[in-house]
Amino acid sequence: MINFQYLRTTSAKSAIALLLKDKNAKFLAGGTNLIDLMKRGVTAPEKLIDINHVPLKQIEQIGNKIHIGALTTNTAVADHALIKEKLPLLSWALQAGASAQLRNVATVGGNMMQRTRCGYFYDTEMPCNKRQPGTGCGAMEGFNRMHAIFGTSEKCIAVHPSDMCVALTALDAEVVLANSKGERKIAFKDFHRLAGDTPQLDNNLKADEMIIRLEIPVNNIAKNYHYLKVRDRASYAFALVSVAAAFELNNNKITDIRLAMGGVAHKPWRLTASENFLKGKEATLSNFEKAAELAMTGAKGFGENNFKLKLAPNTIIEALNLAKSKA
Amino acid sequence: MLKEDTDRVDGILKVTGKAKYFAEYELPGLTYGVLVTSTITKGKITGLDTKAAENAPGVIAVVSHLNKPSATAYEQEGGPQMKIFYTDKIFYNGQPIAIVVANTFERATYAASLVKATYAKEEFNTDFAKALKDPKAKKLQGQADYKRGIENAYKTAEVKLEERYFLPIETHNPMELHGIIADWRPNNQVTVYAKTQGVKATQGTIANVFKIPMENIQVNSEFVGGGFGMALRTWPLEIATVMASKHIGKPVKVVITRAQMFTMVGNRPAAIQTIGLGADKDGKLTGITHRAYGETSTYENFTEGVVNMAKFMYQCDNVNTSYAIVPVDLGVPIWMRGPGEATGAFALESAIDEMAHALDMDPLDFRIKNDPETDQQKNKPFSSKNIKEAYKLGAEKIGWSNRKNKPGSLVEGPWQTGYGVSVGVFNANRGKASVKGILKADGSLLLQSATSDIGPGTGTGMTLIANKLMKIPVNKITFELGDSSLPPAPSQGGSATLSTVGSAVNDVCVALKSAIAELAANSNMDATANFVEVLKKNNLPQIEVTKESQSGKEKDNYSMYSFSIHFVQVKVHALTGVVKVSKIVSVGDSGTIVSPKTARSQMLGGAVGGIGMALTEESIIDHRYGRYINNNFADYHVPVNADVPEIDVNFINKPDPYINPMGAKGMGEIALIGFSAAVANAVFNATGKRIRTLPITPDKVLA
Ligand SMILES: Cc1cc2nc3c(=O)[nH]c(=O)nc-3n(C[C@H](O)[C@H](O)[C@H](O)COP(=O)(O)OP(=O)(O)OC[C@H]3O[C@@H](n4cnc5c(N)ncnc54)[C@H](O)[C@@H]3O)c2cc1C
Ligand code: SF4
Repeated sequence: MINFQYLRTTSAKSAIALLLKDKNAKFLAGGTNLIDLMKRGVTAPEKLIDINHVPLKQIEQIGNKIHIGALTTNTAVADHALIKEKLPLLSWALQAGASAQLRNVATVGGNMMQRTRCGYFYDTEMPCNKRQPGTGCGAMEGFNRMHAIFGTSEKCIAVHPSDMCVALTALDAEVVLANSKGERKIAFKDFHRLAGDTPQLDNNLKADEMIIRLEIPVNNIAKNYHYLKVRDRASYAFALVSVAAAFELNNNKITDIRLAMGGVAHKPWRLTASENFLKGKEATLSNFEKAAELAMTGAKGFGENNFKLKLAPNTIIEALNLAKSKA
Repeated sequence: MLKEDTDRVDGILKVTGKAKYFAEYELPGLTYGVLVTSTITKGKITGLDTKAAENAPGVIAVVSHLNKPSATAYEQEGGPQMKIFYTDKIFYNGQPIAIVVANTFERATYAASLVKATYAKEEFNTDFAKALKDPKAKKLQGQADYKRGIENAYKTAEVKLEERYFLPIETHNPMELHGIIADWRPNNQVTVYAKTQGVKATQGTIANVFKIPMENIQVNSEFVGGGFGMALRTWPLEIATVMASKHIGKPVKVVITRAQMFTMVGNRPAAIQTIGLGADKDGKLTGITHRAYGETSTYENFTEGVVNMAKFMYQCDNVNTSYAIVPVDLGVPIWMRGPGEATGAFALESAIDEMAHALDMDPLDFRIKNDPETDQQKNKPFSSKNIKEAYKLGAEKIGWSNRKNKPGSLVEGPWQTGYGVSVGVFNANRGKASVKGILKADGSLLLQSATSDIGPGTGTGMTLIANKLMKIPVNKITFELGDSSLPPAPSQGGSATLSTVGSAVNDVCVALKSAIAELAANSNMDATANFVEVLKKNNLPQIEVTKESQSGKEKDNYSMYSFSIHFVQVKVHALTGVVKVSKIVSVGDSGTIVSPKTARSQMLGGAVGGIGMALTEESIIDHRYGRYINNNFADYHVPVNADVPEIDVNFINKPDPYINPMGAKGMGEIALIGFSAAVANAVFNATGKRIRTLPITPDKVLA
């Protein structure tokens, strides 16, 4: 039997101490990704440190920032009055993800840390540089319909599958991480990585670190927003492409805007060029179309995912349309 | 909904968890088997190291081709079948090569991961489309060529079309995983708890493979959590389990994994079809050609009725069909709901819609115009057919008059609306079955037959047939099934159970009634006396009758089919390519509806399965490795609630005068057959885009 030890802890400090003791230990939050990976033989931690009892479940406004604890469930965040009122984009993105059952146990930290859904990554009989560096990328010339079109590397073309993270990228969130020496804070957009030469690394969390909370600035873009997720069925499917769009509108002029895309890169993909273009412009279809075109600079298909080259700009346009029509 | 409405007789058992499925049986000393599978696609096993597994905690045995318990008949059996653990040959990726038995499931799972096989690999091909193009690849005739009138007459027609249609592999994926519990006892007595559509078939296969008498084998399968055709045979994994039980002398349970559901229990085969249609300018069909190719395995042939419908569905003097199967290095397919016909109907009913468009005719008018009075293939009248009435009813309900013949006419913002229609048809069968009826002095009736219920509500249908004839309340009637010791009945497949077993129930009830009448007469009672009084007067606790029933000559005189019409409204998003089925109206024309609620459920399930076939389902293989990529429920997309709109189910509900005493024809298959074409036709009507490759995913709509 592949035995593992189950440990439970009630403080972040002791959780990190336990992690430090053992290279092959992992945090267990909702378990909706980790347990699957263990069952499929993709990962085999010797210790599971259950962190569900660590009191990191707060959702509160402190100053002009909303704090969300790393162990808050996806459902708790999506349904929270404060989030619905001030960060509705996040609420929508969360509800577009997985299923109600999964969201009820999946946590903010776990969602950020979830691994790609690339089929080769899951099948230990197939080559995959992310699972086993050096074995090759099965998807590159294989079934890559779900795969990335931006920021790809020769080693890996996987996408980060999260919906929540797309909204958080757009919302300029920050992540607070703790380690044995203290805490550090990084911008959410810097949390995840591109595959580059190290596809085995999804993000910049260090081996001795734990995600503690998110801090999201309260904003002025909570009225005209939309999270549009295009998928193969109406619910319970990962995004082919998704777009988080939110802007501030004054006399049909866009005074502030955030745009990010999911299902297109190894990390949530912020559309800075499109944002810069739209800022100060009228919210018109032709401007939306130009912004969408700008977003596609550098996009590259790998065969089965070529359709994303068309779907992605279309989804940007439609998300902007829908954000605009939200009164 | 129809009036005489009765709940599913086992509904409460099912929703309260009291219905017991095969995997839930606890036998004393039960052990657990896990299958080890090949990780190459073709070749030979050169070595199988089972030592580590055998030494792992809790492991009782590892059974493989190296030490399989003798099953002589199996080895001598003719035909190129895959005999489990008989050979070192590998026919496909995921083939079972050993079974590890341990005292817990977890230990067996772990030990299975320790079995190490080495292989001599050979070149392979799992790509059916590639094999089809390869002139060197084998193509076997799947059905005799059919010709009526002039071959390929469409080619010289006033209006003609020739198109190709592609269907990927679909995997049944019922909620309940496949498996079996086998308990081989001394003196070669075997009891199994199975997931099967035929307890007698399972009993027969085990008897044949292990060369033991039928009477030695008891098969139990009272509840089945969905079959859809995949449980119509006894799979190698089941034989492996029986072998393992024989080997260790203990009961063994195997429940396969979701991933193994893609490789061990069949699938709807991929198909490539060409349809040629010809018509005159007035819209009369002058030629139909249907050529189909289906995927099969290299070690066993699988064929189905892909080109059947083209031969009789439309009035046309010139029809020709051909059907070939193409072996690839995959596990053998099996029937999946609406087998073959559902595949064929996608192509034919899409093409019919394309022809109507070419003629600038309403596709419904086109169908009505070409609706045959008699079956031109069999040259016989239809036993019953109310298809025009069904067209009319469905058209009214869906609001067909809102449809514009010009595609892309109904636009609201980014959403384009379209309407589609399609027909489904399937043989109305009636086989041979026996039923025992026991009428008791306590006022109850017990009916027994070795039939199955994979979900349609067999017990409910049978109970209602008896209820109507005997005037015994439903809650006093029990129908027992799923037990091989009961009077024999065929497997539940081909939409024939209600017709076949129901007829035997009918005959038993008639016989019981006349027995009671005779008793009444002999004991000077009124001929209409209640059976309870009659039995009591005669001091009889019960009387019993067993009847075998089958159809008579009517089969030879009439062409018997069940029909369905599917109407759908879709909304297609112009920018994202998303297709939503927004409205469904299905009309069944399958004779008398014996059990309205369960019949309706059949149609609902068919429509949901149809949405899957049309929009979401596809089993994807990486042909470089011969392995499935999406073999799980996150990536193999069956429709979820959000994909399913309200489904308006209607029945013509007119008895067929010939098929059987109830006048009821089967309807399990027609619920699905044709549905996917209705969606494709609606997508065309919405967008002007004709999609001939299923499933219709956003990328195809955008292309
Ligand atoms: C069938 C299915 C469909 C899904 N569909 C979607 C979808 O459409 N959209 C979507 O966005 N997601 C989807 N998901 C993914 C789901 O959102 C994630 O599985 C979930 O968010 C993970 O959270 P968890 O708490 O269960 O993480 P776990 O499985 O417990 O952990 C995941 C990883 O995060 C690490 N971890 C957890 N918490 C911390 C922390 N505080 N600090 C550091 N490391 C931590 C764990 O060690 C582990 O490595 C789907 C999942 C499934 C199974
Ligand atoms: S895309 Fe990345 S995860 Fe997928 S096979 Fe290639 S390396 Fe592995």
